[in-house]
Amino acid sequence: MLHLEAASTSPGEPWLNIAIFGAFVAVTMVIVFRASRNNKTAADYYAAGRSFTGGQNGSAIAGDYLSAASFLGIVGAIAMTGYDGFLYSIGFLVAWLVALLLVAELLRNTGKFTMADVLSFRLKQRPVRIAAATTTLVVCFFYLLAQMAGAGGLVSLLLGIGDQVGQAVVITVVGALMILYVLIGGMKGTTWVQIIKAVLLIVGAGVMTVWVLALNGFDFSALLDKAVAVAENPAILDPGLKYGVSDVTKVDFLSLGLALVLGTAALPHVLMRFYTVPTAKEARKSVVWAIWLIGIFYVFTLVLGYGAAALVGPAVIAAAPGGPNSAAPLLAFSLGGPLLLGLISAIAFATILAVVAGLTITAAASFAHDIYASVVKKGKPEPGAEVKVARRTVVIIGIVAIIGGIGANGQNVAFLVALAFAVAASANLPTIVYSLFWKRFTTKGALWSMYGGLISAIVLIVFSPVVSGSETSMLKTEAIDFAWFPLSNPGIVSIPLAFLLGWIVSVLDKTVEDPKKQSEMEVRSLTGIGAEKAVSH
Amino acid sequence: MGNDAPSATSTTLAEVDYGAVQASPEFQRLRRTHRSFVFPVLGACLAWYFAYVLLASYAHDFMSTRVFGSVNIAMVLGLAQVVTTFAVTMWYVHYANKRLDPLAEEIRDEIETGVFENEEAR
Repeated sequence: MLHLEAASTSPGEPWLNIAIFGAFVAVTMVIVFRASRNNKTAADYYAAGRSFTGGQNGSAIAGDYLSAASFLGIVGAIAMTGYDGFLYSIGFLVAWLVALLLVAELLRNTGKFTMADVLSFRLKQRPVRIAAATTTLVVCFFYLLAQMAGAGGLVSLLLGIGDQVGQAVVITVVGALMILYVLIGGMKGTTWVQIIKAVLLIVGAGVMTVWVLALNGFDFSALLDKAVAVAENPAILDPGLKYGVSDVTKVDFLSLGLALVLGTAALPHVLMRFYTVPTAKEARKSVVWAIWLIGIFYVFTLVLGYGAAALVGPAVIAAAPGGPNSAAPLLAFSLGGPLLLGLISAIAFATILAVVAGLTITAAASFAHDIYASVVKKGKPEPGAEVKVARRTVVIIGIVAIIGGIGANGQNVAFLVALAFAVAASANLPTIVYSLFWKRFTTKGALWSMYGGLISAIVLIVFSPVVSGSETSMLKTEAIDFAWFPLSNPGIVSIPLAFLLGWIVSVLDKTVEDPKKQSEMEVRSLTGIGAEKAVSH
Repeated sequence: MGNDAPSATSTTLAEVDYGAVQASPEFQRLRRTHRSFVFPVLGACLAWYFAYVLLASYAHDFMSTRVFGSVNIAMVLGLAQVVTTFAVTMWYVHYANKRLDPLAEEIRDEIETGVFENEEAR
């Protein structure tokens, strides 16, 4: 078996890991069953009856947002490439200011279930809804891939399953569990899973952080010295180890920074969470909760990343099954032995499960509400049919995620998530901002901006070094090389392009959108009049 | 923008003349109060963030300067980003509670008591 060669850091007791994870699944299943008894209408299924408080929703947002990428990916990136990994943390956090200041409350006031509700509010319904649903599905797909790739790496480390077939079986089990949660629990069940997971993740990371600091006499500087000594490289403390190599990588770094900071406020599964609270004021509160929880967690990642470098060492991490993604679990093992490894891994699994569930319900809601109910049935679906379609979509998306996850096994998850951010920022953010704040924005402008941003981002990714041209690319060979775009993140080109397209096309467009709808949208977004109310049972 | 306690509606919303609301001085004041905060503050935060990103990629020597022990300027600035994010969040919440919510509530009450009822709709 592959992992035996890393025996000194080997994955504790697989059966202990499975038992801890099984306990998590059992507890959350009971909660999901109890929470789902009131799932009757679409507002129940998609928006949890709009009955969560700001604090609950804020924790759930943190649970939704702090994905496997944040935990496994960033800790691994800091352990391996030092300071450059920390940029992810800062970008992921500062991005929340865009969501707080520009989007959260206005969106809660104007929409119902999905991002498309807001974007098509004052523009032509059909084309804008189809475009918004398309971008939602694509972003969710990228994000799903990243999570499932993380699951594969984690499995190989924890359960001692080194071969591809065994990993595929475990990814299938994770996918099947996720389908079950979302089918039964809807948004309410998903939200509770996310809340539980957020608490476990932040407490778990907090305990490890204090532990690492305690081992170094609560002297952060001493921890850094130790990391430098073990890594035999003082450059891990400075920026530039990964992105400072050449002029191209420096621009790549900028591109990544742009995508991170502008992507959050355009992620459909984050936006959808704002509909689960009763009012805009609660939406504001939930973002504040989320920012505090997420910010504190990202400070932990800095300690954990250097802790992994100091206590485990980059060489051991690189050789371990799962590569950089295994830094956090290996650190847990070196701190607390098999038991802490089991606990932290169960938390990481829970993380993947909860984020995947959130993505799945978002994609399913978008398909059922935007495409089926609004476009195919022209806004008049038979009672109950919409939720039925959403449930079927959940199964299909689950299967797609399982297949994609088996395919994407082994990639750095923080990096894959950054691509999802770039696609979201390019395809969604310009249209969100323009339709909320710019009167002259037109349907044509929205379509050009959304499809232009989406297509340019994806084309640039396909022709980037990520996909072809090297051993570390997705095709895993140097023989096939069609990478003419030098950057691995497309944000710096595709985001400005999408903003520009939306603006130029709207200015040149002679059609005038319904001014009454624009007035209604602006008044509603700022005052909250006519906003969707909580469902009372 | 808060709408915690939806009061009983005496006007159905279909009859509201949103154009008139939008043109009213109260609403213009709300819009101005909102935009004059969110745009400059967000602009400043993004400028501060990109300054940090640019320093990290183009000013390695500066960022690698040790401040105390092995902690360098890059780490201090990174943590400063976290601190400013927290500070701006609390500042906005304070501003929204004090300045935006009362204005929004006032306009909502006016709409709901029928001040902006649409003449043609009746």
